[in-house]
Formats: sequence, C-alpha cells, structure tokens
Amino acid sequence: MNPPNRRNFLSQAGLLGAGSLFGIPFELAAQAAKGGVLVIGTTQKPRHLNSAVQSGIATMFPAAQLFASPLRMGADWKPQPFLAERWELSPDNRSVMLQLRKNAVFHDGKPITAEDIKFSIETVRDNHPFKSMYAPVNAVTISDTHTAVVRLSEPHPALLLALSTSLTPILPKHIFGDGTDPKVHPRNASPIGSGPFKLVEFKPGEHIVMERFDRFFLKDLPRLDRIIIKEYKDPSSLLLAFERGEIDVHQGIGDPRDLARARKIPGVQLVDNAGPAIGPLLWLAFNTKNPKLSDKRVRQAISYAIDRKFILESLLGGLHKASTGPIASGSPLYSADVEKYALNLAKATQLLDAAGLKPGANGIRLSLEVDTIPGSSELKTIQEYLKPALAKVGIEVAVRASPDFPSWARRVASQQFEMTMDSVWNWGDPVIGVHRTWLSTNIKPGVIWSNTQSYSNPKVDELLAAAGKEMDTPKRKSQYKEAQKLIVDDCPVAFLVEAVVVEAYHGKVNKPPRGIWGLTDAAVDVSIKA
Amino acid sequence: MRSLALILRRLALAFGLVLAVLAVNFTLIHAAPGDPAQVIAGEMGGADEAAMASIRKNYGLDRPLPEQFLTYIGKSIRGDLGLSYTYNRPVSELILDRLWPTVLLVLTALLGAIFFGTLLGVLASRKPDSLRSAAVTVLSLVGYSMPVFWTGILLVILFGKVWPIMPIAGMRDVRSLGATGWANALDVAHHLVLPALTLGIIYLAQYSRLARTSMLEVLGSDYIRTARAKGLSDAVVTFKHALRNALMPIVTVAGLQFGNLISGAVLVETVFSWPGLGTLALDAILGRDYPTLLGVLTFSALLVIVANLLTDLSYRWIDPRLRGS
Repeated sequence: MNPPNRRNFLSQAGLLGAGSLFGIPFELAAQAAKGGVLVIGTTQKPRHLNSAVQSGIATMFPAAQLFASPLRMGADWKPQPFLAERWELSPDNRSVMLQLRKNAVFHDGKPITAEDIKFSIETVRDNHPFKSMYAPVNAVTISDTHTAVVRLSEPHPALLLALSTSLTPILPKHIFGDGTDPKVHPRNASPIGSGPFKLVEFKPGEHIVMERFDRFFLKDLPRLDRIIIKEYKDPSSLLLAFERGEIDVHQGIGDPRDLARARKIPGVQLVDNAGPAIGPLLWLAFNTKNPKLSDKRVRQAISYAIDRKFILESLLGGLHKASTGPIASGSPLYSADVEKYALNLAKATQLLDAAGLKPGANGIRLSLEVDTIPGSSELKTIQEYLKPALAKVGIEVAVRASPDFPSWARRVASQQFEMTMDSVWNWGDPVIGVHRTWLSTNIKPGVIWSNTQSYSNPKVDELLAAAGKEMDTPKRKSQYKEAQKLIVDDCPVAFLVEAVVVEAYHGKVNKPPRGIWGLTDAAVDVSIKA
Repeated sequence: MRSLALILRRLALAFGLVLAVLAVNFTLIHAAPGDPAQVIAGEMGGADEAAMASIRKNYGLDRPLPEQFLTYIGKSIRGDLGLSYTYNRPVSELILDRLWPTVLLVLTALLGAIFFGTLLGVLASRKPDSLRSAAVTVLSLVGYSMPVFWTGILLVILFGKVWPIMPIAGMRDVRSLGATGWANALDVAHHLVLPALTLGIIYLAQYSRLARTSMLEVLGSDYIRTARAKGLSDAVVTFKHALRNALMPIVTVAGLQFGNLISGAVLVETVFSWPGLGTLALDAILGRDYPTLLGVLTFSALLVIVANLLTDLSYRWIDPRLRGS
C-alpha cells in the first residue's frame, strides 16, 4: 500500500528512535526539542487508569504514561532497560533478578523500591484478566532495597514481555496496598504513578490530562510538557478533529476511506501496522459442541466456502491482511505453514457430502445462525456476507443481531450460539493472548473470550503447555508451528482477517512511538517540532 | 405566601413521584437481558469465575433483587446513589460533573428558542399576509421538520469542514484547559453555539408559529382596540399589551416540553461529544451500569419536576389574575 521508500524511512526512524534513548549518550538526545503539548484523539473509553487490574488499550495507553514498567520492548521484540536498569535470568530459568534504578521515585516523591515491584507483580498476578501472564510466578523475593527476584514454578518465556508496557505497571504500595480490593480501589481513577507523566485530570467521557514528571528517572526525559487524551464519540468526528488539527494524533485508522482522507493532510505521518504485538484477529467462531458443527468437515467446508479475498478487497477496502491462524503475522512465533482455505466450492461441497449432509428438496443441506459483536461495522459486514457466501454450498444462514455487547456476550459465553463473528487479540506472547482460546482447560461457561468454541484437542493442549514453558526459541517456534497447523486443520474458527491499525500523526510530531506496542508505550521520546 | 404554599405542596408530591420513578426504572432496567458482571469482565478483557464472583460481591449483585432494591432506595433517600459499575466512582460525583453542561445546554436552547421564536412570531403577526410572515412560516416548517441528529450532523459538516470556524466536539478547548474567568466562559460559549442551535431549532420553529397564532388572536381582541384608541404607540401595544397575554400558551408548551428537551439533549450531546447527562446515560445503558443509569433518570425526573414548578410560578408572574387562585 505504501511506496517502499516510505516504509524504509519509517523503519529507520524507528531504529533511531530507540537508539537515541538507549545506548547513544543522553547529552545528544537532550539537544532535541523539549516542551509542547501533544493531543491524542481516541474513541476508547477507559473505566479507570490502573492497568494492573484492567486490560484493553483504553486503560493501557494512559497507564503506559502514568506508570513505568520494569522493562520496555524494542521494535525487534527484545527487552530493553527501563525502570529496571539490569535483569538476569538464572541458569535454570526459574528466577529473574530485577535491579532497579536508584533515582526512581513515585509522583509523590517516595522512592520506588523492590517492595513496590513485589507488590505490583503480585497485584497483576492476582487480579489481571490475563491469568496466564504470571501464573507460574510463585513469589517475588526482595534481596535489597533495589533488587527483586521473581521466582517461577516453571520456565516462563513470556515473562520479559509481560514485564513491559502497561501489562505490568509499577504501583505505589503505600497507596494501593491498603487492603482494598485493587479491582475497585478508589485511587484507580486518581493514581500516584511511577511513569514519565503524572495525572492532572481524568474526566470520564471527556479527557485525560497528564503533565511531565520532573523527577522522572531518565535524565532530560520525557520531552513533552503535556499529553492530553481527548475522547470522541465516533470515528467520523475523530477523523474530522484530526483533519482540523484539533488533535495531533489519531489513535488508529481502521477504515480505508478514512485512511484516504488522512493521506491528503499535508505533512501527515502514517505508521502502518502499528503495534504488531497487539495482533487483533477477526474470525468466525464455531460452537463445536453444537451437533450441527461437531464434525470438523462441516467447519472446514464453511471455511472453504468463504472468499477471503473478496472480504479483504471488496468489503473492507484493501486495508487489512488475511489471517491464517491463531498467531498474528507480526509475531516472531507466527507460522505460515498452515492450510490457507483458499476459496474452493467444489471441495466444500465434497466435505459436506462426506459429512452426510445431502441437499434437501429445496437444495438446503444445513441451517445455521450467525451472531456478531455489535458495534463493529467490519464484523457486521462479514456477518452479512456469510449469508450469500454459504448459500452457494447449500448452507442457509440466519443473521442474528444482538442489541448490545452484554446481550452478545451472554449468548456466546453461555454457548447459546452456533457461529459468531468475534475479534480476539494476541497481546504479544501466545501465552498471554493465544492459549486462552484453544486450551481445553479454558472451556469456562459464563466467561467471554475463554475457549467459548469448546474446542478440545489433547495434542494441541500438550503442545501449548510445552511451548508455554520452553525457553529455547527455535524449539518453541517449532512447537507453535505444529500447534498452529493442528488448530487451523481442526477449524474451531475460520480465520479471516488480521486487522491493520494505522496510527496517524501530524507533521509537527517528532519520533512517534514505533515499538511493538505502538501508542501503548511510554512516550518519553516523542516531542513537538519547534 | 401562596406561592410558598404551592412550592411546599409540590415538593411533597415530587417526593412521592421520585420514589415511583425509582421503582419503575429499577424494575425496567433489571428486566433488560445482560449481566453487568459480564460487561465489566468483558471490558476488563475477560475474567474467570472467581473474578466474576468478586465483581458481583463488590457491587452487591449477588444479593436477591428485592433486597438490592430496598438497599438502593434506602441509600438514595440518604443521598447515596451508589458506585458506578463502569467507573467505580460515586454516581453522585459523576452526575454533578455532568449536570451543569446539560443544564447549560438545555437552558440556552430553551431560552434562545423562546426569545427568538417569540420575536419572529411577533414580527410575523404584525403583518400576517406579508412576505415576511410567509418567510417565518416556511422557516418554522423547515426547522420543525428536521430531526436533531440530522441538523447536528449538517452543522458539523458546515462549520467543521466547509467553513471551519466552530468547534464541533466537547465543551472546552483541551489545549487551553485551566483557563479561568472570561477566557474560559468565551471558550465554553464558543463550543456551546452549535449544540444549542441544533437542540433549539425545532423549538424555535414551534414557538414562532405558536407566537404568531396566539398574537394574531390577541391582536384582534377588544382591549387592544381600546389601547390603540387611547393613542398608544404600536410598540407599546404589541409588546406590553398583546405579548403578555400571548405568552401564556408558549410558557405552557415550553414547560410541558422540558422533558422532550432533555431527551433531545441525549442525541445532541452524542453528536457533539457534549459531556452531559445524556452521554452518561447512553454509556450507562450500553455498559449495564445500573446505578449510574438510575441516578441519571432520577435526576432527569427532578429536573422536569423543577421545570414544571417554575412554569407554574411564571404563570403567576405573567398573569396577575392567577395569583389569587
């Protein structure tokens, strides 16, 4: 989509962005522009600002500014020092030592110590919706004021990634450790943080105002004076505000027409496929417990009858990518060696015949209902497309709408559905965002975004369990490769689209974040051109 | 003193009415399918059974419904509207934050509509067969036929894109947050123009028609002829003698329409991201945030009750004959 020179330019800028902060002397970095206000527009609504007990980028983005994480992730998926200036994995991979910076303080001036690290990691482990993120953490022990050791029951390759961005915000124990359930702590909306920016004002439904923290542990950083996140009710008013220069940053354009309009803004900087770690996948999920869909040949037939090219090019305007399996293509653990389910109506018919589904007098072999998460135009478009697409192989589809998210979530979580369009995100490491959908141990009625497909394959369970604690990267990669192949073949969901998010910045914004988390990263290096 | 007695009697009635509103709303809201714990879990990014149970416990959702209702009534009588499930903040705090923008929007729209609507109506009534009168009639017909969300979007395109002189979202310019005094008031006023115009235009159309008809009726009555015969100037006759009587139907309609105005505000607030009660209510419905929704509905009921009371009091101010009754 982009001319190649732009792409090269962007990736080089990304490398420079990381280099000027880590490695290259800060004196040099300090000469860059300082000051300025960055206004970011979003349609996301944060409930509160404490990402230790809340996932989703609505909360994670401001939390990445308000709280420092022990580590940061580079654009190359390699950890870099942040609040922890040094870390060390024990030879048996059962513990990680974190050495904190000695000059780090919270926004109220109290020092950040190993006690706070212990408290924060335990809070995330016990409260964050991503249970698997810290499940193997037995304990965090304190060696001295600035050294904490995370002790594991088994090797945990996702650990360093989990220690980055707002997946692990370092909270002040003296505020949040008062015994109140952290999920409903009153200070979640008015936190004392540890990050580069401190909170000035949080008005739900309006804006979040954050101001540079002058005693931040990295010298001369952050550069900006203020970051303001302004909430808009819908994508069209958000885009209009970006065109008018009311906001400097558009959180993410997902519509091709919007992108075409954004390209016309003079000097605009577009970051294509921003935040590859987030990995949002759109798919058609099957209820494999439903007798109509328990035969994998029927599910495969449906997958073969869907024209992904038509969905991507015609329905979604060519912005997004095809999704081939459970791991998003931006991840180093992605494997393309899977069945791609290219459109093949003959094969689909064959599979249906083999499954014993012969056409009736009216030509119909099977009737199915399809649901979708309300509120997403992409998902709704694909949902409606399924009706004519599957009619070609004799499957009659009834499109069912849910009035709002709770109604949909109840139907799917309680398995009162046959097929549904769904959007599930990768969140960096498969242990965090991928395993939950496929492990048979995660079939949990009443819990949305668990294994609501009721998918169960002992071999996949075994492979995921092994890969989840495999520290040898090539070996881990091959385990995931096999798991991806098996899952795609079993077809508990038909993988359709990998959503591409384009973050847009006005020309005056210097060094937009280019890491694997996109905007959901500490904006220490961003500045406004004078 | 009679006014005081009226106010007291009305307040006593209002208390019963608010309780009834609470009971009806509580029942209706809980009849909607969908579990708040599920929504909170969904917004958190998924949660297991233990976390769902702790969410239910934290917000008292594990108690039987009648018990939840009695607890809610008991607390709200003492002024405690509970905690918002979504934002985990006291509902009263959220509402007080949002009350002022809605009141500002609704009052600006209403008073603007009454003032300009009456003015247009009066102007049209003075020469009922003139071109001017016909223009007012056509304009009011057009204004009356446009739904608010459509007017809103039209104004956004016009003043946001084609001729970008007006802010199109929010209530303040975030870059100059913290401004005080006149700078702040001007900023808010600038942001208020389009939403107030959008909300007011239908009512303006309606009041101009109403004022025109009612002025025509009054201008034909005997006492007006007497006034003219006395040699009073045209302006005095129109504005002092005729308008005062012609205002009665406008005030009646305006008072009755206050409820509609608040529901119109929900749409306008959504179009313009105006941080008022309407958007809060909409988010609360979508998020099954029962305490917030109940709080907003109760406050809206209170606003309507207060508006009706003010309407009754203004009758007495406009028409001295009513003061004795």
